[in-house]
Amino acid sequence: MNIYDLAFYVLAFITILSAVIVVFNRNLVYSAYSLLFTLLSISGLYVLLLADFIAIVQIVVYVGGILILLLFGIMLTQEQVKVPVKANVVYIALSMLSIGLIAAFLYKYLFTAGNINLPNLSGQQGTFISGKSTIKYIGNELLTNYVLYFELLGMVLLIALIGATTIARKENNR
Amino acid sequence: MEHITLNHFLFVSISLFLLGLIAIIIRKNAIMVLMGVELILNSANINFVAFSRFSGNLINGHVYTLVVIVLAAAEAAIGLAIVLNLYRLNQNINVDEIDQLKN
Repeated sequence: MNIYDLAFYVLAFITILSAVIVVFNRNLVYSAYSLLFTLLSISGLYVLLLADFIAIVQIVVYVGGILILLLFGIMLTQEQVKVPVKANVVYIALSMLSIGLIAAFLYKYLFTAGNINLPNLSGQQGTFISGKSTIKYIGNELLTNYVLYFELLGMVLLIALIGATTIARKENNR
Repeated sequence: MEHITLNHFLFVSISLFLLGLIAIIIRKNAIMVLMGVELILNSANINFVAFSRFSGNLINGHVYTLVVIVLAAAEAAIGLAIVLNLYRLNQNINVDEIDQLKN
């Protein structure tokens, strides 16, 4: 087992374990802190997949932005930290049954597919990473082939910012 | 690098997707539902980057992942604004107790 395999197994284990803690922990603050470990180890998985820029963006946007936002939301909406899960047994049984069916479907296809070999597309049309860093390629793609999406994302962020402040503002006429 | 194949990354991604689905369905807190959505979006991102890596280092998956990350940021901001508004109106954010269209 070389170092790459070891790193993958450790990161995948941390990812899944902390995601389990996120979902099944009753304390909402512990869930948010556990989500921190999930996002950081997913960023490590991106590094293993040779996506350095995506890994940095994952840390900056998710850990630095979205997670802090979620923690603010928890602290603004909970007087007490402990939030009990209110659910009767039938509801959990039914939802677990449906999720179990979806899980069986997905895992069955993954494990019966054998070793999935994608066609190696290098040499055909498209941009391929060949250097040490992906930043140059992503910048080129964003400003040539995907420039429409780039502009649209700017519009989406502006509209989301205006919408979020409008929704969250206290209305004076109420 | 030879031992870890696409299947390993797909396994991690499927597991994250299912955990996010569980968080959305069985948790009652609205912020927990938002965290489940983040888990599902992350599993989609892992898929994009993994498929891009294992089909000859294509760059397209990275661009799609950036788009998804930006949309996730916008979704989290608007979702939390809605949750804060709900809390001001109803004093709790359990999604099964919010059953009124108009206060």
